[in-house]
Amino acid sequence: MLLNQFLLLSAVLFAIGVYGVLARRNGVLVLMSIELILNAVNINLVAFSALRETVGGEVFALFVIAVAAAEVGVGLAMVLLLYRNRRSIDLTEIDLMRG
Amino acid sequence: MENLLDGWGLTVATFSPLVGVAVMLLIPKDQEERHKLIALVTSLWVAFVSVLLLIGFDLDHTDRLQFVVDKVWIDVISSHYAVGLDGMSLPLLLLTVLVVPLCIVYSWNHFPEPRNPKAFLILILILETGMIGTFVAQDLVLFFVFFEVVLLPMFFMIAVWGGPNRRYASLKFFLFTLFGSALMLVSFLALFFLTGAESFVFADLADNVVAHGVSRTAQLWIFGGMLLGFGIKVPMFPFHTWLPDAHTEAPTVGSVILAAVLLKLGTYGFIRIAIPILPEAAVEWAPWIGLLAVIGIIYGALGCLAQTDMKRLIAFSSVAHMGFVMLGIATLTDFGINAAIMGMVAHGLITGMLFFLAGSMKERYHTLEISRLGGLLVQAPRMGWVFGLCAMASLGLPGLAGFWGEFPAILSAYSPGNGVPVETFRTFMVVAALGTVLAAGYLLWLLQRAAFGTPKEEFADDPHITDATREEWIAWAPMIALIVAIGIYPNLVFRVTDGAVDASLHECLQVNASELTSEQAEALGCADIYDVAGTDDGHGDGHADEHAAVGG
Amino acid sequence: MTDLLTLAASAAGSGLPLGITEGGAWLLRNVWLIPLLPALSFVGILFFGKRLPKGGSELGIAFVGIAFVLALFTAVAWIDHRDDFHGEEVTRTVAVAEHHDEHGDEHHGGHGHPSLAVHNTVTWFQSNGVEFTVGTLVDGPAVMMLVVVTLVSLLVHVYSTDYVAGDRRYTHFFAFLSLFSASMLLLVVSENTLQLLVAWELVGVCSFALIGHWWEEKPNSDAALKAFLTNRVGDMGLLVGVTILFFTVGSALPGQFGSFSIAETNALANAGALSHTALLVASCCLMAAVMSKSGQFFLHTWLPDAMAGPTPVSALIHAATMVVAGVFMIARMYGVFFEGFSIGGSSINMMALVGGLTTLVGASLAFVQSDIKKVLAYSTISQLGYMVMALGVGAWTAAMFHLFTHAFFKACLFLGSGSAAHAVHSFDMKADMGGLRKEMPHTFRTFVIGSIALAGLPPLAGFWSKDEILVGTGGWGLFGGTGGNGAYTFMLVMGIATAALTAAYMTRCVYLTFFGEFRGHGHPHESGPRIVVPLWILAGLAIVAGFLNLPKGFPLVPDSLQERFGHFVEPVAGYFPTIAHGTPSWSLAIFSTLVVAAAIGVAYRYYFVKVEAASKACGKSLTELPNGPTTKYPLARRGHNLLVQKYYLDHLYTDVIAGGTKGPLADVAYSVNQNVIDGVVNAAGENAVKAGNLVYHRFDQLVVDGVVNTSGRASSGAGEELRKIQTGKVQGYAAILFAAATVLAGVFIVIV
Repeated sequence: MLLNQFLLLSAVLFAIGVYGVLARRNGVLVLMSIELILNAVNINLVAFSALRETVGGEVFALFVIAVAAAEVGVGLAMVLLLYRNRRSIDLTEIDLMRG
Repeated sequence: MENLLDGWGLTVATFSPLVGVAVMLLIPKDQEERHKLIALVTSLWVAFVSVLLLIGFDLDHTDRLQFVVDKVWIDVISSHYAVGLDGMSLPLLLLTVLVVPLCIVYSWNHFPEPRNPKAFLILILILETGMIGTFVAQDLVLFFVFFEVVLLPMFFMIAVWGGPNRRYASLKFFLFTLFGSALMLVSFLALFFLTGAESFVFADLADNVVAHGVSRTAQLWIFGGMLLGFGIKVPMFPFHTWLPDAHTEAPTVGSVILAAVLLKLGTYGFIRIAIPILPEAAVEWAPWIGLLAVIGIIYGALGCLAQTDMKRLIAFSSVAHMGFVMLGIATLTDFGINAAIMGMVAHGLITGMLFFLAGSMKERYHTLEISRLGGLLVQAPRMGWVFGLCAMASLGLPGLAGFWGEFPAILSAYSPGNGVPVETFRTFMVVAALGTVLAAGYLLWLLQRAAFGTPKEEFADDPHITDATREEWIAWAPMIALIVAIGIYPNLVFRVTDGAVDASLHECLQVNASELTSEQAEALGCADIYDVAGTDDGHGDGHADEHAAVGG
Repeated sequence: MTDLLTLAASAAGSGLPLGITEGGAWLLRNVWLIPLLPALSFVGILFFGKRLPKGGSELGIAFVGIAFVLALFTAVAWIDHRDDFHGEEVTRTVAVAEHHDEHGDEHHGGHGHPSLAVHNTVTWFQSNGVEFTVGTLVDGPAVMMLVVVTLVSLLVHVYSTDYVAGDRRYTHFFAFLSLFSASMLLLVVSENTLQLLVAWELVGVCSFALIGHWWEEKPNSDAALKAFLTNRVGDMGLLVGVTILFFTVGSALPGQFGSFSIAETNALANAGALSHTALLVASCCLMAAVMSKSGQFFLHTWLPDAMAGPTPVSALIHAATMVVAGVFMIARMYGVFFEGFSIGGSSINMMALVGGLTTLVGASLAFVQSDIKKVLAYSTISQLGYMVMALGVGAWTAAMFHLFTHAFFKACLFLGSGSAAHAVHSFDMKADMGGLRKEMPHTFRTFVIGSIALAGLPPLAGFWSKDEILVGTGGWGLFGGTGGNGAYTFMLVMGIATAALTAAYMTRCVYLTFFGEFRGHGHPHESGPRIVVPLWILAGLAIVAGFLNLPKGFPLVPDSLQERFGHFVEPVAGYFPTIAHGTPSWSLAIFSTLVVAAAIGVAYRYYFVKVEAASKACGKSLTELPNGPTTKYPLARRGHNLLVQKYYLDHLYTDVIAGGTKGPLADVAYSVNQNVIDGVVNAAGENAVKAGNLVYHRFDQLVVDGVVNTSGRASSGAGEELRKIQTGKVQGYAAILFAAATVLAGVFIVIV
């Protein structure tokens, strides 16, 4: 079994995700990009798990999926609240935590 | 039921108030009614448990510690969670659980400024835990912890709810007592290390003082440390100056608890810890304690006569009354220490009542300046009569509780315990008797100026000056009833304390007061004709038998 | 050592007989019922008095009435018991030396058959493993006092329903009367000194409350305070005396460290088992209590002031009962006093001297009073002095008998003065009385009877008791009065002088009140039956009471009627010392009567003749001659002034002692407190603060804080720089995170 194609796919997805997180201004898209990053990780986990014929990676991937789902839930709720309060979900306008 | 009490009774009584506190912490501060209710129910529950303890208490063996729990608490320093109840602690425990609910009832509708019932009641409940704990603890570290637990709530009570000069008073109170506590702690530790006892439990320590032969000098020093620590709390002359300030500035309920229970922690320390554990040092120190006690009696009385503020006067009278208690203790006789415990209970009830009355008068007149008061009997007759009764009780009128603290103390000073100088104590006796005259002087003088006569012009038509309210009656009635009941039938207290005092003294001093000591016979100028038993045990016993046989 | 130890046993091996028994009639054993009744009445009036139709007075009268009846029955039972009781006597094992034994057997002389007191106790409390008891000791004096107290109390109750009718605190007045009666009755049946002490203080506090009954006016509360405080001074002696006796007795009892029991104390004292020093000191201490309670010189000053109370109170408390508590106490503890002061076979002792001085001081002060009650108050002081003097010279029975008769005629006089004052609304004889004999015939007659009894003219009560006292001084060989306890000639002189003074001042008092013309305002009229009837009862008793103790060998009556009082009242028992009885003497009786008559004659000449004539001459009722001796002679004026100033004793007490304690002394003590002790505390505090300042400014601020501040400043500067990175934009953070992760990954790759 070749590992490379999986790693490549995952790297591409990760790169797209990072790009999305850093460059997009839309909150929802940033969240989606985070999902991409997580899924890139998942692919890596499953691929290595299959390679080494252990189940640890797959189990861990399942955890990541679960956590990701929760995180998206919370994230979307925040975005929704943001939208309600500000009528915008442009992340560049939100700097409440500035020191 | 019995078993449950045996194992858990004291623990429940001690820590129930803290449970109440925990519940109250969860409730928002603006639900005042709920707070009051919880505090009251908690204190009543504690009182109920204590009554159960009283019922379960074996009155025929008051000398035995009952409801004992002894578990290792802090292993590193060999401290035990040891609690127990005997005849010496029972009256004081009951006094505490009586006073606390009454205080809560009393403050029901008039919390002192700045109100905040939640915090106020929480402090009272914490105080209750500390006080009960001190009276039941049988381990020095545990005792010390409870002793100190009492300090903080009282400090806050004075500092937050006190009068205009509260910061000075509270700080003085705090520093004074803390200073005493520090010395006391040093003494406790010295005791522990010098005896090499296995634990801090009182009985252990007492055994080891004898077994280990702690040097006399060391005993004297350790006792001196305790003397200072407990003496400040009593308060003994000349460590008393925190008391008038603290009392004057404290809110009414604070004064009541301070007078009724807190002062007793010191004297209780003497009879529970200092004397049983270090009897030899106690004999050495006794004349000095006695001297300070009688100075306190006269001095406190004179201080009273100079006062212009009613509350301060009552505070000073505490110095005099605790002088009688200390005199009783200093004699190191059963009789004297019985008198001392009676004096503590009586003083707690009577002076507590006087502070209640002072508080109620302050609420009505907005001043306690004696020269501005007058005619209380006209405007609030019932309150006036209660005041009269309490003044009479306080000056030691027979038939009321105060007498049984004073007279036996004077009596016992005539014939102090073995090794205590007789002539010195007889002089003390006369001086103390003089104190009773002065006590009548200042109390009646106060009564005359505050209650007799006609109201001063500024208050003549004041609609605020009304007779005692319902809460006041509920708070006062039990105390008045007890003052009268103990006065008529002092056995209520003596029966409980006697066995315990007897046992604790006999163990440590081998005092046998029924036999005349040689010094006493000499003092009477007739040693030659008396059976000087006690100096010669073998002969003494023989004679006793002979008398019994002939006397039939 | 064993041979030293024997038992002072009169009967073989049975221990010291105490002269008490636990048997006897039911009523004698349960005499506690009598004090209990007024106590119940007190509680009843306290809680329900205001709701009763007559404000509680009916309750008081009913209960005291029942108590009186019971007391009468008790007296009857006692008379029966005195001679016909043959029960078992209680004895006590004691540890004393043999050479004191000789006293032991002498007790059964005197009246022949011993009178065993009925003794009953219950446990009160225990301390030191010893049980302290409370109980009753019923014997002659106790029974006599029971009757006197309940009778006078009952009459005063009845009298008061009229006298204080409509008073602002009517109910309260009766409540305290009841409480007083209860306490006084408790006092007279006390079985031990502790119980006596309790009752002693209780009667004192009732007296305080009743003197200050009208406490709205300051003089009244001042008088109440003075009474209580003066009594407290004496009580100090009582406390100490009782304490000394407690332990002294304990030293003679094996297996017990003390005893309050009166019977034991007296019996041991009589048997010579107690050290004389201890007894002397104890007697002196107890004497102080007597001096305050029974108004003896120089602690008597409270008694005239106590007249601020309502008149019935003065009659009951300050004439008939409470003030004789001191006398009664001496009588009760006579064994102690007899031994302590060595009364037998001596010619002077503290008690006799104090009593004698008091009679003179009181009688002389009674001359210059214009307040009728004060005259009577000083007269009471003087008569109490008589009793104490009698006890001091060993005339025990005479003292008790005088107490008995005095209670009646003095109560009669007080109530009479109250009746007069009730009519004229004043107590001032000079300003508001005079000529009342016409308007108030009953009051007048009873008052005169009382006065004659007080003055001691035969055959009224006062004569007999006074005469016995004079006889008891051991007389003067001249009068043939022999056989007393010693040669107390000095006391005899004082006694006769006082008798003369008494007769004179009572003549003056009667003249000023009832003769001459009315000087007050309004129209006085006789009081109602509730006042007059008690007056007549007391006057009747003042006439006949003296016959109860006709002297031995009195030719006009059969032997069986002679000395009845002495026979039934004077104990002949282990707890009572053996006292000698003086032989009555006709010459002494006649001489003293002549002296009294002469004194009355002189006073009569001055008031009834000279003043009356002067009054007629100037057309208005005078109270003294315009050119009397005090205006003529400077010495007389100075003497008069000394009397008016009451020998300056009040100044000494009020201004010097009380004022000194309350003022300078208390101030000094307090300033010591504030300046010295608190000064030390505050100085310690201030120095601590100073030291703290030093440490704070020099070390803490510069060194410790320097380090702290520098580090703080450094971090704050760093933070200032770093905050610029914190844009608040999430993506910025993400970028940094990512960059950092990349760099870290690079580093890992390079290094690992």
